[in-house]
Amino acid sequence: MPWIVKNLWLIPVLPMLAAGLSALAPQRARKFSASLAIGSMLISFLLALCAFTQALAHPEAHQVFNFNWFQFGDQWLQLGWLLDPLTAVMLVMVTFVGTLIFIYSTGYMSHDQNFTRFFTFLSLFAGAMLGVIIANSLLLLFICWELVGLTSYLLIGFWYHKPSAAAAAKKAFITTRIGDVALLLGMVWLYSQTNTLLFYDDGRGCMEASQLGLMGSRAAHFGIAISTAISLLIFAGAVGKSGQVPLHVWLPDAMEGPTPVSALIHAATMVAAGVFLVARVYPLMDTGVGQIHALHIVTWVGAITAIFAASIAVAQNDIKRILAYSTVSQLGYMMMGIGVGGVAVGMFHLITHAFFKALLFMGAGSVIHGCHEEQDICRMGGLRKYMPVTFATYAAGMLALCGFPLTAGFWSKDEILHSAHGWQISHVPFYLGAAGALLTAFYMTRQVFYVFFGNCRLHLGKTTASEQRTLEHAGVSAKEHPHAELHGEPHESPLAMTAPLMILAVFAIGLGFVGTPAWPWFQKFLGAKTEGFTHETWVLMGISTVIVFLGMGIGWWLYGRKPLEKSEQPDPLQVMRGDIFSVLQNKYYIDEVYEKTVIAFNAWFARACDWLDFWVWNGLVQLVSYVIIGLSWVNNFFDVFVVNGGFDGSCKGVNAGGALLSRLQNGRVQNYLRIIGIALAALALLLIWGWHPS
Amino acid sequence: MNPLAGYLILSAFLFAIGLAGALTRRNAIIVLIGIELMLNAANLNFIAFWRFGEHPEAATGILFVIFSIGVAAAEAAVGLALIIAIYRHYKTTNIDDVKSLKG
Repeated sequence: MPWIVKNLWLIPVLPMLAAGLSALAPQRARKFSASLAIGSMLISFLLALCAFTQALAHPEAHQVFNFNWFQFGDQWLQLGWLLDPLTAVMLVMVTFVGTLIFIYSTGYMSHDQNFTRFFTFLSLFAGAMLGVIIANSLLLLFICWELVGLTSYLLIGFWYHKPSAAAAAKKAFITTRIGDVALLLGMVWLYSQTNTLLFYDDGRGCMEASQLGLMGSRAAHFGIAISTAISLLIFAGAVGKSGQVPLHVWLPDAMEGPTPVSALIHAATMVAAGVFLVARVYPLMDTGVGQIHALHIVTWVGAITAIFAASIAVAQNDIKRILAYSTVSQLGYMMMGIGVGGVAVGMFHLITHAFFKALLFMGAGSVIHGCHEEQDICRMGGLRKYMPVTFATYAAGMLALCGFPLTAGFWSKDEILHSAHGWQISHVPFYLGAAGALLTAFYMTRQVFYVFFGNCRLHLGKTTASEQRTLEHAGVSAKEHPHAELHGEPHESPLAMTAPLMILAVFAIGLGFVGTPAWPWFQKFLGAKTEGFTHETWVLMGISTVIVFLGMGIGWWLYGRKPLEKSEQPDPLQVMRGDIFSVLQNKYYIDEVYEKTVIAFNAWFARACDWLDFWVWNGLVQLVSYVIIGLSWVNNFFDVFVVNGGFDGSCKGVNAGGALLSRLQNGRVQNYLRIIGIALAALALLLIWGWHPS
Repeated sequence: MNPLAGYLILSAFLFAIGLAGALTRRNAIIVLIGIELMLNAANLNFIAFWRFGEHPEAATGILFVIFSIGVAAAEAAVGLALIIAIYRHYKTTNIDDVKSLKG
């Protein structure tokens, strides 16, 4: 077994160790904890490259290392890790993007008091995410999956002084938990069916042909094969983590966290974990006879999410929320890609998206940083002049996200649309995806025109309310703000922030060339069959090019021709169709619907439970306690008067008898003599008068 | 009257006087004297029963009494020595004050 397969565990453990060490470091040890985190990620990145070369050498094989964890009953629970092309590409992506984001964070978080805490959580997150990737056991994957959920909670609520951040952290945690319960159920069911949770184990693993055949042929209920039911449960976990409809609500709120967190967790890695999970259990998803096929559900959920989130993004004004909804939408594309075209299609978009969305988020962070914590795009504008590097890199990311021809996003999205077009079941996902692509191009154009073009609508000279808040939470008073002297002018961010942007921009433009129809290296590496250029490919590429230009054209026509003059001016779309705009701006009122249904029911149920608890269970408990108190009174009475009294009485008797008898032994010899004398006299009298021998 | 009765009455008197002295007095020396009196009453009984007994010719009674007087002398010596030791320790010969075996 090659060295790297055996020691694959080092990749997640190193960042975790770094997290542990910097958790112990004092708060002022900023350099220490940052360099520890970045260093551990760099080593993990190098190890990931080793793993990648190993996987390149054996692209067909699932190289596993399994070991016994503990025994229960007569069975051993096994854990293990796995190196296959899927793991390898994810490892390289996560460690690489992660390293860049860590470096970026040193710049972005430089004013924050809790710098070491931030890097502790960030490293712990990276370790957990890498654990999800290398896991060869659904159980190990689930453990790391929950760790990822925990660190996500910690990082979203990093500025926990802000009530909105604390609420967002809770929302994210609870919403993903709903999916996780289903995932846990699926895992338990899978174990009861196959007696193993290992994915690959020399033919005995649950993702291998023999087990899949068994599960696929057995029917559960309603004509669903067991494998389908299990994979739907697992998919529910992925829905929660990857922000698919209807559990997408947490992801936009999660933007309350610091921007590097949004870039790392809510764009590049954690939300991709759901897609990765579906890709990991793809063999399970793909088996099963019956009316319902798991992959069809995946496709439909993905397609609906793609168009749904894209339409919401059109009407948002917060720079990070637009990107958040765009992320939800792109995750929908990935799910759809896996559903219609298999692992390679979805994963290709996942990888390219990770790069350009991390780029966009970090660009947005740079904009926010440069505009002194302003997040409302209506109040930006004209930043092209002030922040040239950020503008150039942001534009690269935006073009990639829109799917501008020859950028990374173009190839990967085209691949998905191509597969959707060829889907046997229905053409609706294709149309939904195409419409989503149009919207994506449109809202990104809108955002870029709002932020970078026109004149500067920043509220100059005075601290904005949101900035004030953030500064307070970061523990810096407004006077000490390091840019106080520059206040009023937006400024370019430091090199620690722009350098990662530039590196990512190169990838956002160029990464797509590893998976073009002309040279489908990526798809082949992940074991997909490719056709190369056909007539259909050309047509679809033409169509998607037209869609992109159409979307960007509409965006330019609405926002680029005559940019906003004042920040209070209404959006052109709002002027055209105010009703639709407000529905979109309010995110289809999904949050309100949940508030009225699920949360209201939950609150009602909690009140009912409280009532039941207070009046019924509490009464019962009180009754029992009163009975016990009564019994103990009886017991006490018996104890004091019967047991104690009897014992005391007999003690007193013994005592008194002792006192009486001890008088005989008082040490006065004459007393003894007196007694002897009296006894003698008595004996004499007895002998004289009482004794009659007969 | 049988001459024996006179001796026995005298001896009973002597014993009673000795007993009364031993019981009522608090001075250890007087108590010792009372004890000596009771002992001598017993000796007198020996002599009287021997003299008016069946074999007055064998000198058993007088021998017994001589032994008894000897032993009583030794006992008086020991008793007086004890009293002196007690006096040295307690600075008193009042036997009511001397009721502890502990020194």
